[in-house]
Amino acid sequence: MSETTNPKVAVPEQVTIDSATIKMLRFAQSKGVETIFDRAVKMKQCNIGTEGICCRICAQGPCRVPLTKGIKEGTEPDNRVGLCGATAATIVARNFIRQIAAGCASHSDHGRSVTETFLAMARREAHDYTIKDEIKLREVAGFFEIPVTEEVDGVQVPRDKWALAVEVGEAALAQWGQQRGSLAYLKRAPKATQDRWEKHDVKPRGIDREVVEIMHRTHMGVDQDYRNLIHQGSRCSLGNGWGGSMMATDLQDVMFGTPYPNTGRINLGVLSRDKINVIVHGHDPLVSEMIVCAVNLPEMQEYARSKGANGYVVSGMCCTANEILVRHGMPIAGDYLQQELAVITGAVEAMVVDVQCIMESLARVSECYHTKFITTMPIAKCAYGKNTVHVNFEEHAALDKAKEILRIAADNFPNRGEVHIPTESNRMVVGFSTEAIKYHLGGTFRGSFVPLNDNIINGRIRGICGVVGCNNARVEHDEVHVALIKELIKNDVICLTTGCSAMACGKAGLLTPEAAAVYAGPGLAEVCETVGIPPVLHMGSCLDNSRILTAATEVVHAGGLGKELADLPAAGAAPGWMSEKAIGIGQYFVTSGVYVMIGVPLAIAGSPEVKRHLEVDMEELYGGKWDYEPDPLLAARKIIQHIDEKRKNLGIDKARERVLLDMSDRQKIEAA
Amino acid sequence: MSKLVAFAAIQGGYNIVQKAEGIYKAALEEFGPDQKLEFPNTAYYLPINYSLLGIPIKKLGDARKCLDVARKLLPPHIKSLNYLPYLGPLLDAGMAAILAEEIVEGIRYIREPDFYTVAEETDPANGKLWLGAAEDTIFRKRGVSFVDGSAPGFVAIVGAAPNPEIAKAIALEYQRRSIYVFMCANQAGTTFSEQLVEAGVEVGWNTRLVPYGPDISAAVFALGFANRVAMGFGGVTPGDYRRILLYNKDRVFAFVNALGEVNAEWAANAAGCVNWGFPTLADTDIPEILPTGVCTYEHVVANVPLEEIVQKSVEVRGLKTTVATVDIPLAYGPAFEGERIRRGDMYCEMGGSSKTPTVEWVTSVANLDQVEDGKVTVIGPDIADVKEGGSLPLAIKVIVTGRKFQEDFEPILERQVHHLINYAQGLMHTGQRDIGMLRVSKDAVLKGFTIRHLGVILHAKLHQDFGAVFDKLMVEIYTDHDKAVEVRDQARKVYVVRDARVENMTDETTQIYYSCTLCQSFAPNHVCVVSPERTGLCGAYNWMDCKASFEINTTGPNQPIDKGDTLDANLGIYSGANEFIAMASRQAVTNVCFYSMVNDPMTTCGCCECIAALLPMCNGIMTVNRDYSGETPSGMKFSTLAGTMGGGGQTPGFVGHSKYNIIQKKFLVGDGGLKRLVWMPKSLKDEFREKLLQRGEELGIPDLIDRIADETVGLTEEEILPFLTEKQHPALEMDSIL
Repeated sequence: MSETTNPKVAVPEQVTIDSATIKMLRFAQSKGVETIFDRAVKMKQCNIGTEGICCRICAQGPCRVPLTKGIKEGTEPDNRVGLCGATAATIVARNFIRQIAAGCASHSDHGRSVTETFLAMARREAHDYTIKDEIKLREVAGFFEIPVTEEVDGVQVPRDKWALAVEVGEAALAQWGQQRGSLAYLKRAPKATQDRWEKHDVKPRGIDREVVEIMHRTHMGVDQDYRNLIHQGSRCSLGNGWGGSMMATDLQDVMFGTPYPNTGRINLGVLSRDKINVIVHGHDPLVSEMIVCAVNLPEMQEYARSKGANGYVVSGMCCTANEILVRHGMPIAGDYLQQELAVITGAVEAMVVDVQCIMESLARVSECYHTKFITTMPIAKCAYGKNTVHVNFEEHAALDKAKEILRIAADNFPNRGEVHIPTESNRMVVGFSTEAIKYHLGGTFRGSFVPLNDNIINGRIRGICGVVGCNNARVEHDEVHVALIKELIKNDVICLTTGCSAMACGKAGLLTPEAAAVYAGPGLAEVCETVGIPPVLHMGSCLDNSRILTAATEVVHAGGLGKELADLPAAGAAPGWMSEKAIGIGQYFVTSGVYVMIGVPLAIAGSPEVKRHLEVDMEELYGGKWDYEPDPLLAARKIIQHIDEKRKNLGIDKARERVLLDMSDRQKIEAA
Repeated sequence: MSKLVAFAAIQGGYNIVQKAEGIYKAALEEFGPDQKLEFPNTAYYLPINYSLLGIPIKKLGDARKCLDVARKLLPPHIKSLNYLPYLGPLLDAGMAAILAEEIVEGIRYIREPDFYTVAEETDPANGKLWLGAAEDTIFRKRGVSFVDGSAPGFVAIVGAAPNPEIAKAIALEYQRRSIYVFMCANQAGTTFSEQLVEAGVEVGWNTRLVPYGPDISAAVFALGFANRVAMGFGGVTPGDYRRILLYNKDRVFAFVNALGEVNAEWAANAAGCVNWGFPTLADTDIPEILPTGVCTYEHVVANVPLEEIVQKSVEVRGLKTTVATVDIPLAYGPAFEGERIRRGDMYCEMGGSSKTPTVEWVTSVANLDQVEDGKVTVIGPDIADVKEGGSLPLAIKVIVTGRKFQEDFEPILERQVHHLINYAQGLMHTGQRDIGMLRVSKDAVLKGFTIRHLGVILHAKLHQDFGAVFDKLMVEIYTDHDKAVEVRDQARKVYVVRDARVENMTDETTQIYYSCTLCQSFAPNHVCVVSPERTGLCGAYNWMDCKASFEINTTGPNQPIDKGDTLDANLGIYSGANEFIAMASRQAVTNVCFYSMVNDPMTTCGCCECIAALLPMCNGIMTVNRDYSGETPSGMKFSTLAGTMGGGGQTPGFVGHSKYNIIQKKFLVGDGGLKRLVWMPKSLKDEFREKLLQRGEELGIPDLIDRIADETVGLTEEEILPFLTEKQHPALEMDSIL
């Protein structure tokens, strides 16, 4: 273990709390394979860039306008400008909303590809896909005001699901190119939240238009008012949260099934010694769903055996993992930061990737092993690596492509060398869609969010926190998520989680129903025991943060906790974020009225004005705001303080008395 | 540990559904799919399946669909480790059990037609204890008490108490709080109902202690009753399961007491009840479910000591009950109103078959000093002076005074005497005025009842309920024969004057009418308007009652309405009344004709005593009262009629009204009045014979009553038309009713 003292490599115990990751890092270092953890030690972050004050927008720069040491906001004039005179505020705001544009574009473009496949499916041009959740299809049709029944011989009958799906697909797809008006899904938000958006003229007109407008307004010499720039960032982000992402979630649910609670396992220990390991990695479930379908076909099992393997294990990484986990209970091999480690086990025949969060280093690491690094999307190829293969995914032949990928993996099985698989794999219960939460709080007949609200009002549950987001090699792996969440649930705050944050919880054992008695405060534990749920609810991938929006809206509608999302005793947190998508998500939560706590700073420190606008003024405008606190325990305190303030505003900070009704009280009950 | 409850209840759900499927299969083989499958005399089929699934089960074959739903609702069993959430599945398993049990109980009516007694009262001595599903007549009559608040809710007692004395004590405590006790299931063969019988307690609908059945499956009768309230009074559409259940959670204050060991099938039933918002309290150490949400407060509470179970239960349900505090040695409350005292249990009698003179008279004096509040004077012999089986005269004179008191309130107070005395356990009162009868039980005498206590009851209760309209009240009771006769004769003179005054009040000469929204707790959009010549459709509130009620509680359910301009005197359209109705019905109803059923009739809450329906072929109108359970020429029984029009809707061609309204001069006068009436049940005819004869005279057709058909003539329009023609019924000569 002499490597651990080498200043050029990471000290495993200091960079992660996950024992499988520690073991694999030691193993990688012993073999001289470099990982992101080591590079994070070697490569320092750029100070100018982290403050957001590098302007590379025109060829007269890059201009760098660092904050003079000792200048405090408002004490001395801030004369920093770029060559064209752009102020620090303009530079920071432009960079910030360009990140929003990129993040929103990523999720929304994923949504577009789902919608295109959905439409092809509806038109019977993509036969491998089908309608799995017809109830949801009809619900979604309602959001686009498409009639779900038609009159036949004077009687209203349900419309044919395929015809309905075509209309839904067309209406959904049109949202990307829409130029005027506002997005259809905005109407799903609580009325008071919509009113705020109306008042501040922040309703997105079309999904693409707002992204393009950011690119225009941040071009050299266009918008030079940081408030106006951030306003456009907000508008663009809503187009993602209440548009591209939410529609993608919905249409994926229609095609692949709405998630309901299911059991699963997580961590590198899910990899098999005697089976062909295929890892699906990325975010878009179009490919992975087909691989899951194909792997159960007898012909594929037979093919695996013909190569000397005892079948296949399809496991996931990153959010593609979450998608197949919540719908099919397929295992998760690991999160974003574990992708290289999976290959280093030597047990992975194919690392199949789609889009987003795929480290280019996979190409190089794969070269050290037999692992085939298979890219599948025409928009996401890789130029390097002798083991890199591109199998172009085509929706009209999706299952055939999936089989082709599985055959490549099987053919690769005989090339497998020494394997080193850690034993860790944790049990978890996952798949809490908004629909599932509703069902489980009252069954088929009485399902509703009322019991949740009731227990928030009576104080058993203090509040709700959505803890989401990525892993970031600059902060301790998993620790930030787990420490924050443990502190929150200890204080009776129920946590909703997605993405890589959900994986950290899974590995830490927080996603089991048994965890409630161990980690949760007495009130939350009692509610969890009543319903039979973990204290932390896994709601899906990072795209599925839209589920948190719809769940929060259900909470508002269930009554007793205010009129708009901003009234709720709730917060959001992304303690280990790293991608631009996370900024897009954070901004749509803030603009929807949610207090968002992050554990890695936004690149805005170079402009006190922009910082104040995001951390103070936003609350005035939309009810939500950004906040930054790297220490997870302090972050938890601030979140709890925020929740307590909201409880006080709602008048539920005191114990509720039992109300006994007599007949005259009952006569006053409004018509149901 | 909800998980243990869930584990047991889901297991119980499987057992129950599986058993039901077996029973169903066997019945299907034996009787065939076309065999009728029904509860007696109801328009609501098997009411739980009907209300929640919207499936009307008429024949054995129809139940298949419902059992399939039950089977599909059964969730997977719960794993011991890393288990999936179970609250939703638990409630589904409970619902599956209840849907299946209702079908099992329906099949019992086929297999053992005599197992349940179709009646309001029991006859345990002759083996008639179990009452099973309440007929619609009972449901309507009893349902009204839930609607008007005289019954705050019901408890479903499952199992048995440790001994009959404890059972009696619990039942008595619920009776004192006016709560209905619905009993089912057994604990190793012992039932709560039989324990009560053993302890000498009268059980049946009349004492609010209802022995539904000896098995746990009889719980469905209680839940079916609740769902009929939602459909019949709340106007909730069958199949709209969410609203049916929320109606029950918010408006029907019911709960379960599980006495003794709780097995898996009981757990399934308790879980089922949670769907309704009905919590379970047990006296044993079962796992609790305390967090709130599906029920208003806790869902399952355990280890409740039996001496506290009543108080704890109403608290957990979020219910406020009042116990009448009357300083007498007898238990007191509405639950004792229907109690019978048979000759064998009787100590003595006043009036009735003993023919002793009786009278009840409320009179007022202007001078406050003449009344000593609370004074009760008994003149003549007391109970102790009478031998067992003897009799006494009884003249009760109540003298009130008060600055706000009006002479018009006298008869209202007087009408309370009947039920106020009846509320005492061990007393049975019938009749009123000078035809009253009072029986005193041996048990009451043993407890120390004396004649003076009648005065104590009237003083305490009249103050409690009507204290706003008078200041002082004293009671003089005469058991001396001559004195009693003297008081009776005085009272009789007053009755004549009083009747004339009320009968002379007309809608035309009265500007202020009264609203009645008492039933809005159950039928939220319904609003009654009561005028002197149109008493409330429930028969319980006339104009004078409403006036007094308003005086007593100026913000209560009876509000004065200035009738405004008379827009149509014949149909009875008043601008002020319309404005009020539009407001109170939230614009659902904007125009009402007081005296027409053809044009914009008044809405109906489901409490109506009678329903009038158009008979187009006869060019007339029929009416049917809720006590009549047979078919009618409209093609519908009372229940079906009430089912189609209850819940606050305006249904041209139908209207709800009181029995008394038939002999009021304004009865449907816009459609031609009493001369349009071509059919009514014979019993109703007999009840109002004298008054109908009088009305006939006034209308110039003295034998009108004999020209009106009844069920002995026919049950279809075709059957009665020849009779009407032969009798030259006036309706046939009138303008077309349409």
